Amino acid sequence: MRIEILTPDQELYSGEGSAVYAPGKDGSLGILENHAALITSLRKGKVEIETPNGRETFDVDGGVLEVLNNKVIILAE
Amino acid sequence: MANLKEIRTRITSVNSTMQITSAMKMVSASKLKRAQDAITDMRPYAEKLQEILGNLCESLETSEGMYSAQRDVDNVLLVAITSNRGLCGGFNGNIIKECQRLIKEEYADNNVHILTIGKKAKDLLKSRSIETNQGDLPSDLEKVWESVNFETVAPIAQTLMDAFVAKSYDKVILVYNKFKNAAVQEVTPEQLLPVLPPEATENNAASDYIFEPNKEEIVADLIPKSLKVQLYKSILDSHASEHGARMTAMHKATDNAGELKKDLTLHYNKARQAAITGEILEIVGGAEALKN
Repeated sequence: MRIEILTPDQELYSGEGSAVYAPGKDGSLGILENHAALITSLRKGKVEIETPNGRETFDVDGGVLEVLNNKVIILAE
Repeated sequence: MANLKEIRTRITSVNSTMQITSAMKMVSASKLKRAQDAITDMRPYAEKLQEILGNLCESLETSEGMYSAQRDVDNVLLVAITSNRGLCGGFNGNIIKECQRLIKEEYADNNVHILTIGKKAKDLLKSRSIETNQGDLPSDLEKVWESVNFETVAPIAQTLMDAFVAKSYDKVILVYNKFKNAAVQEVTPEQLLPVLPPEATENNAASDYIFEPNKEEIVADLIPKSLKVQLYKSILDSHASEHGARMTAMHKATDNAGELKKDLTLHYNKARQAAITGEILEIVGGAEALKN
């Protein structure tokens, strides 16, 4: 699935990935292929994604996560 | 006609001014590039945020929040966004003019307060004896321009939101130069608070979303974020506009200096030729006198 992580200043990641782990407001959540459409807010923590080149980690200070049509967009701060 | 030495000094001084203005033009051109890139980098984020907000508000009946409360307008806060430095044509003057117009015409019956971002607004308004940054408003916002990024802008937006919620102001307007292209900037007054309802997007998928924890909480989370982004966007626009305006101004200055230099050189050559002719006449005259 396609993953995009955006901040107001720059694009942190844009590309393919097989899984996303994010710190949701009500607890951590993992998103795999073909997840249902979802909008959730994030708290401060680490976002981890499984990319073809291994696992990558990003620090976020809150944000929003949207899943739609097998595409994950994280608006981080 | 002025004497040779005078003209020579003037040519030298025009020449060095020209060097300065063309250097400033070059510096602005490269800074403009970077400022434009910052806007481009921010755009996908802003668009996506707006889209999500639109999706949410479509299915949300009560958009009544603490940032969208429409109160009777009594106290208005104008946020004047200017640069720290001059030599950029009408860039700063236009902002001040717009502020004065808003005070005199649109909000003549209200209490208008002004928050300045950038040294020029502070200085120029002071010289027109308009008070700025009264009360708890921060007066050191010119440091924003030292490093323009989201982290430095977000707290300003937070201050404005807090002041709005505390009912210190009933309306917050941003006055800034919108970036059209390198040569054109447009002074724009834009309402920051209360929040204008976002336009609902034509997206049927909206209703299928799972919301976590729930819609209301996500909206409450997103609205402050979008306000911060709105302020950040106007700062970035202003930043790019500043360099665009300075580039144009310095380009014109360099052209003018070039023309002046051409004129002066012509004068100089004429004066020099006249002096030489005079000397030759004297010599010839002297030689004639000796012959006889």
